Amino acid sequence: MTLFKLAGTHVGYHGVSVLKDITLSIDPGEKVALVGPSGAGKSTLLSTLYQQRGEGTALVPQEYALVKNLSVFHNVYMGRLNRHSALTNLLTLIHPLKKQIASVQPMLMEVGLEEKSNTPVGELSGGQQQRTAVARALYQGGDVVLADEPVSSIDPVQSRTVLNLLHSHFNTVVLAMHDIPLALDFAERLIGLRDGRVLFDRPSGGIVAEDLDDFFLST
Amino acid sequence: MKHSPTYRTSWAFLLSALALLAFADIEVSTLDPWGEVGRMVLGVLTPNFIGLDELALAVVMTVAFAFLGVVLGAGAGFALAFFFHFRVIRMGCAFVRAIHELFWALIFLQVLGLNPITGVLAIAVPYAGTFAKVFSEILEEADLTPLKALPFGTSHLSAFLFARLPIVWSHLRAYSGYRMECGLRSSAVLGFVGLPTMGFHLESFFAQGQYSQAAALLFLFYGLIATLRWWLRPRLLWLYALGSLFVIYSPITLSWANIVRFFTNDILPSPLRGQSEAGIEALGRWGLDLFMEEALPGAVNTLVLTQIALVATGMVTLLWFPLVSRHFLGRGGRAVGHLFLVVIRSTPEYILAYLFLQLWGPSMLPAIVALALHNGAIIGHLVGRYSNEIELRPDAPRGLDRYGYEILPRIYGQFLAFLFYRWEVIMRETAILGILGVRTLGFYVDSAIADIRMDRMVFLIGITALLNIGVDGFSRRLRRNLRLTTTAKVN
Repeated sequence: MTLFKLAGTHVGYHGVSVLKDITLSIDPGEKVALVGPSGAGKSTLLSTLYQQRGEGTALVPQEYALVKNLSVFHNVYMGRLNRHSALTNLLTLIHPLKKQIASVQPMLMEVGLEEKSNTPVGELSGGQQQRTAVARALYQGGDVVLADEPVSSIDPVQSRTVLNLLHSHFNTVVLAMHDIPLALDFAERLIGLRDGRVLFDRPSGGIVAEDLDDFFLST
Repeated sequence: MKHSPTYRTSWAFLLSALALLAFADIEVSTLDPWGEVGRMVLGVLTPNFIGLDELALAVVMTVAFAFLGVVLGAGAGFALAFFFHFRVIRMGCAFVRAIHELFWALIFLQVLGLNPITGVLAIAVPYAGTFAKVFSEILEEADLTPLKALPFGTSHLSAFLFARLPIVWSHLRAYSGYRMECGLRSSAVLGFVGLPTMGFHLESFFAQGQYSQAAALLFLFYGLIATLRWWLRPRLLWLYALGSLFVIYSPITLSWANIVRFFTNDILPSPLRGQSEAGIEALGRWGLDLFMEEALPGAVNTLVLTQIALVATGMVTLLWFPLVSRHFLGRGGRAVGHLFLVVIRSTPEYILAYLFLQLWGPSMLPAIVALALHNGAIIGHLVGRYSNEIELRPDAPRGLDRYGYEILPRIYGQFLAFLFYRWEVIMRETAILGILGVRTLGFYVDSAIADIRMDRMVFLIGITALLNIGVDGFSRRLRRNLRLTTTAKVN
């Protein structure tokens, strides 16, 4: 059984095609990294996958998609808006219950934001905001996570912690990454994109970062 | 050398206003136009707070009507903002806000009689149209990305509560607060048509020359507006709502027969009433007569007065904005300037016009001066604030050179944008000032009501609304052609 399946898919915005003739499938349990120069179509491919299977899939968008004037707690709580009635959500927006704050706290501890629960997201640094977006995905849970450059603003040590978290919480992981060594360490399968096409799609075992230099440098 | 479009537009407006001024009736008809001024100044200097409880009640009434009207208007406008992509909703909102709240009061007085609902609806209906437009713009401009990451199956309501509302909340709140200030002015003026707000008492004080009492009432009003941001607290809203309901409550007997008759008989063109034989010809004659003898001259006068008042407003603005600009005055001077502008802009133009009318007699002059002072104070405040964002080099010239070479060229685009944005507001006021005797559309509306001819009233108010929508559209096109945009919402 496959989770995602694209066969000769084209995607375009305003007449400009971003993805051309993409054929791939992703099975449950796979750890995939999408690599390629910026503008290759990684983000578009992730949203195409999300459109194919949104239910049970957590998303970490590149621009975090946080509500800056809400607290860290509220932003993480948003990962489970679909599990409560609108009335419960309204009451939580106005005054969260202790129980709910406690349920979010473990996720904040995982990403090192346990002190920031009440801080408005707008007052956080870029890296802290990105970790809030990751915590929201962890809190949402499910089988699959699609993450677009989830560690781009985080320092190297914490980057590894965050990627470990995503891998341990979700069965299937698809990441868009520009950091090749990091991608090689975590992913079992590497999909290389350029100009909206799949250039290669192979297991990451046996590849060393230098092998891919040509891929990024050559035009 | 070819001049810029902004330059040519400015001259076109100035020259047209001067040309119209030559034909406009600006005669001073009172025998002693300045005799009353001394007593007015004396009144301002010796405010008389005797009978304070009655004055205080008038102020409380003014707040109550303003509060309920604005809250109801904001609620309805908020709901309508979600349907603003429907053309019919957009047009309906444009129509209701093109009619001044005093006209709405006059309509509701005929339908519902003199009772609290009339006062609340007179504010709520036109304000709902404005709120709907501004709220929909705020929602449209807000960041949509947080919606992207919501879990699958999130309800629309939950999505709105978490991913939309918090982002726009501060804008909605700030705009509603600003409209509350407008609502207080509207509410005060409703007294002039008989509701128990400040205008009711002001009119009798003025009529009897009791300027000390009038001054006391106005001082209370300024105090109220100046302290708005301290007492208008979101947490206290429910308290104000209950209090307002309690204050304005009076046992109401709505006459359904009256309401039905208004819609099924009174507002029908008179030839269509009674005998059914009247025919198209009589209706045509009725419409043509009304159009040629009242609507057309009223519309022409409204346009003439609006044009002159608009240019006069511009001149007052350019004269006054330095009062609150850090490039011209120190901290102390600016504080005085602020106080001056707050007082002028907090006095409804209707009240200013009423005052000048007592001095100079009925002509366009009192209306022009009142509109120019009130609107000049509002735009002057905005332009002054805008000028404070300009950084000048340390050796920039001072005084008049600084005004002409450094500041004016930098603020001019913004100034024109504010002025044209306010064009339709000035026109709405111009029409209403007809009630005071200037022969704008309001004059003919008022006469129709005096003659109890509701068909004519509705026809003329409809013409007023269409004229206003036309001017609004023209102003928007002009602003687009001149590439003028405002950074603040002013209505």
